[in-house]
Amino acid sequence: MSLPSFDVERIRKDFPILSRELPGGRPLIYLDSGNSSQKPTQVIEAMREHLALHYSNVGRALHALGTESTDAYEGARDKVAAFVGAPSRDEIVFTKNASEALNLVAYAFGNPVNTDPRFQMGPGDEIVISEMEHHSNIVPWQLLAQRTGATLRWFGVTDEGRLDLSTLDELVNERTKIVSIAHQSNVLGTVNPVADVLARVRETGALLMLDASQSVPHHPVDVAALGADFVAFTGHKMVGPSGIGGLWGRAELLAAMPPFLGGGEMIEAVWMDRSTYAPIPHKFEAGTPPIVEAVGLGAAVDYLSSIGMDAIEAHERQITAYALEAVREVPGLRLIGPGDLANRGGTLSFTLEGVHPHDVGQILDDVFGIAVRVGHHCARPLHLRFGIPATTRASFYLYTTTDEVDALIKGLHHVQKVFG
Amino acid sequence: MIAESMYQELILEHYKHPQGRGLREPYDAEVHHVNPTCGDEITMRVKLGDGGKVEDVSYDGQGCSISQAAASVLYDLATGSTADETLSVVDEFTRLMQGRGQVEPDEDVLGDAVAFAGVAKFPARVKCALLAWMAYKDAVVRSQA
Repeated sequence: MSLPSFDVERIRKDFPILSRELPGGRPLIYLDSGNSSQKPTQVIEAMREHLALHYSNVGRALHALGTESTDAYEGARDKVAAFVGAPSRDEIVFTKNASEALNLVAYAFGNPVNTDPRFQMGPGDEIVISEMEHHSNIVPWQLLAQRTGATLRWFGVTDEGRLDLSTLDELVNERTKIVSIAHQSNVLGTVNPVADVLARVRETGALLMLDASQSVPHHPVDVAALGADFVAFTGHKMVGPSGIGGLWGRAELLAAMPPFLGGGEMIEAVWMDRSTYAPIPHKFEAGTPPIVEAVGLGAAVDYLSSIGMDAIEAHERQITAYALEAVREVPGLRLIGPGDLANRGGTLSFTLEGVHPHDVGQILDDVFGIAVRVGHHCARPLHLRFGIPATTRASFYLYTTTDEVDALIKGLHHVQKVFG
Repeated sequence: MIAESMYQELILEHYKHPQGRGLREPYDAEVHHVNPTCGDEITMRVKLGDGGKVEDVSYDGQGCSISQAAASVLYDLATGSTADETLSVVDEFTRLMQGRGQVEPDEDVLGDAVAFAGVAKFPARVKCALLAWMAYKDAVVRSQA
């Protein structure tokens, strides 16, 4: 589907970094947005303006700047809530990143402070993740299992790079307290069948968390429609700044959970021996938050909304289709992940026969100015599953062009010539 | 285009046709070194003979062209020398690699290893070149213990 309103060249002009040169006069070909995206002028300016004219602490300052800064910070929460379809703005907790959002939920379980049975955890209880997770959706649950004596279990991944649902009914059972999986894999590009998993989760009374770090930036995501209980995402992958991310959780669950970090602004009243806590979302936002970063994230979702997430998704789909076709022509290239467009995003990971990914990345960067990611992309278990130490990953975004895909293919042929 | 100069013909030759690869018996010490940031790893065995002569260096591992070629070049340089001689080569190689491209390599000491001079300009790749050499140093010290 072609969308005449989507003008990628006009969009690229919004991102100053895309027109800079690298040393030696190389143009920048940025194919590493799955790692972190670039920032448009609109975001950079919103942050600069807040720092220059409106900055002060939020929540606790009664003066004019305090009001302006609080309005901007809380206004960003409204924008993010609307962007992800949260039924209530109070369901959006600002975190440092998706990792913190995942840890926040993991630390709610098995916490002696907690009284809600859904968050009680001990030996015999089970946590379910998958083999395709980013380390940030593995390690917090390993730590939780170690703290509580619960058992960590996981979905396998098929050879094609899909979630293996053949064990779903056994894996998710009445002992399961939480299932936490990626909405979209940061290596395979696979978009997971949330509805299938959710149906089983609801039968068992477990909770479902989605790591949506790779989906919220690239697709229209409506948390209410998805139907999960918690959704984690991060600002820096969605044209916003680093240092700000979000957790969406059902209000009733967030209210039932114990606090995560203690400190200023998360309290209602404090005595020397005890405290009561602020209502959500502030209960989970201890200390001075990343104010300017939140304002930047607000500007980022304004920017993405002004272009339209449907249009961005359609553009990336075109680029991905083009790239999937193009990589087929590269001899010795093995795609790790689905080879077709169904339920996949714009992330292509691959190996090149006889050439280590670090050598691929080095030559692509140094000769052509092509920025890809090489290594295990914080998903080592997934690479072990495929019997490889590392891959080269190209990841696309709203500003990616077919010319850039062509440059990648040309670069890969050159790499093969060097190592041929 | 500086990376192309890093991939010297000699490095690519050693990468494609590694010398002395494969773990062999007998050996005095075996070490396993990994590079956690990139996943490169090497297992290395050293067998010393009379007068500290290096009778065999055998290794196996996985990684990029730089790390694998460095192991192959090391094998060529070490076998037949004495342990003390080779440790001074390791020191010179380390000095070159950590010199950020500002160190003039001593070709008389380094031999073929001088081909890695270009790697020193890429801080992220220096650890690749040093992986096998640090493993070797470790294995020799353990063999002498």
